Amino acid sequence: MSTSEGALAAKVPELATPTVTTASAGPPKRVWGLVGRYALLMVLAVIVLFPIYITVVNSLLNIDQIAKSKLFPTSPEWHTYSDAWTEGHLGTYLKNSFIMTAMIVIGQLVTATLAAYAFAFLEFPLKRTLFVVFLATLMIPFEVTIITNLTTVVDLGIYDSYAGLAIPFLATGFGAFLLRQAFLGVPRDLQDAAALDGYGHLRFLARVAVPLARPTMAALAVFAFLASWNQYLWPLLVTRDDRLRTVQVGLKQLRNTNLESFNVTFAGAVLAVIPLAILLLLFQKQLVRGLTAGAVKG
Amino acid sequence: MTTTLEASERPAEVTRPVNTLARRKLREAGLAYVLLIPAGVIFAVFIFYPFLKNFDLALHSTNPFNPDLSEYVGFEQFGDVLGSKEFFDSLWTTILFALMTVPFGIAFGLGLAVLAHQKLKGIAIFRTVFSSTVATSVAVAAVMFYTLFNPNIGLLKNISPTPPFLDNPGWALIAIAIVTIWQSLGLSFILMSAGLQAIPDELVEAAEVDGAGPWSRFRNVTLPLLSPTMFFAVVVGTIFAFQTFGQIDILTEGGPLKKTNVLTYFIYTELRVQRNPGKAAVLAIALFAITLVLTLVQLRFLERRVHYQR
Repeated sequence: MSTSEGALAAKVPELATPTVTTASAGPPKRVWGLVGRYALLMVLAVIVLFPIYITVVNSLLNIDQIAKSKLFPTSPEWHTYSDAWTEGHLGTYLKNSFIMTAMIVIGQLVTATLAAYAFAFLEFPLKRTLFVVFLATLMIPFEVTIITNLTTVVDLGIYDSYAGLAIPFLATGFGAFLLRQAFLGVPRDLQDAAALDGYGHLRFLARVAVPLARPTMAALAVFAFLASWNQYLWPLLVTRDDRLRTVQVGLKQLRNTNLESFNVTFAGAVLAVIPLAILLLLFQKQLVRGLTAGAVKG
Repeated sequence: MTTTLEASERPAEVTRPVNTLARRKLREAGLAYVLLIPAGVIFAVFIFYPFLKNFDLALHSTNPFNPDLSEYVGFEQFGDVLGSKEFFDSLWTTILFALMTVPFGIAFGLGLAVLAHQKLKGIAIFRTVFSSTVATSVAVAAVMFYTLFNPNIGLLKNISPTPPFLDNPGWALIAIAIVTIWQSLGLSFILMSAGLQAIPDELVEAAEVDGAGPWSRFRNVTLPLLSPTMFFAVVVGTIFAFQTFGQIDILTEGGPLKKTNVLTYFIYTELRVQRNPGKAAVLAIALFAITLVLTLVQLRFLERRVHYQR
């Protein structure tokens, strides 16, 4: 398993390191081809970035300037950001999103690690059946469970609370599967050596298995963060109190305010993106690795 | 637990090793179950129980004004809901939406990935740009496009005649598809780039030596080898398309004239606005069945056409 892990790493695109070509010093025809390629890439880059650019620009314009379709902020109105933060309650929404996301990421890492350890290192009756049961959770769309979950959350008394936002997502079949694969890659000699040193299962888990599975755990954490930060339907259903709204739901609230404060809505969208942008800049490789693990099989 | 008891029995272990082995096995199984409990409880309460409960709900008709008053109606509700025009319209809207977003999303992602796969100076900048929409969520993308589509102040009003986007029954779904394709472009690009990276350069170079042009190389070498990645993207993309909700809620709330009333939005309105969990449960079961069938069909038929490198 450890060899396939290595092969997998080799498949991860090096998004950050370009390979420089020597073809630039070719005949004139090639030069024009090169110019054409760059021109095409530039045009596409502008198209992809345009919605982001216009959002940032509009967040710094007033409504008259937006209506005049100004494409550059000559006198940027930075106050939209503080308005979004305080009057638009975006500070509260962002805090709520962070708390919910942190609970889910930590919860998923813990539950998935424990379960994956059992599936990878222990023998017990019904092991295969239970593993299939864990994987079966991936087949049931979340939309199918919300009707009853809403009732359950009300019955448990955790409606309108962080617990209600996070608890249904504290476990993940996908994560358990991913970490089991990583644990199966732990070399047999290490297990034998740990057994000779008198390591019990829990010590082996904490001192050997978890440190070795760290890259996979990082990938899982990035995934869980992305998924829970971007959740919309469940936070919308399970909170009524505006003080518990998450940033994604809060954006709709911001959008509903009057035309005059469109710029504040855009500032809100920019603020909602910043944490994810930072996360992705830091953990791009983990994300790509996690994605390719499922997609590309040699 | 029983550790103290076992410690006192230790001398006996030497004479009866079989017993110890059995006990160790028992202890190992016990530990395994303890480790599985946290995830197991969450799955049981929030996935399996509601999944099964859904069938029970679907067989009952609930009084919107008093949820405690529910009446067993058997499969009658299935017939009523699934035979209704509203359901067919909603299903058709969902299918249309998937057909609009999945192929285009993958095609654009692939196109950008192929372009960014070239060995050019500064290509890393373009790769970062093309994957940048991963940082946005559907809610953020919806808000970003909301003004662009606004007929009074949006940029598109400068095009004449102004495309009647969100307020027009014929255009609203297309507008939402555009938002969705843009938002998922980054993910699609990353996936396709990863797939391209996995193709050995020697294979493409060998085809070049054999005199194959760029299009022929792409058609006969790259595309077949990329098919597993594309297959994965089609399956996952379709499932995502059937779960679309946020951009609909923010941009159109199912309208105009219910032309963007996809299945998930239909479920949501039955649950929260109509307060009819029985009907919502029938719809949810339909959604589950459709997702399951789609996944199985795709696995069966698409996988046969997929070329796996061995």
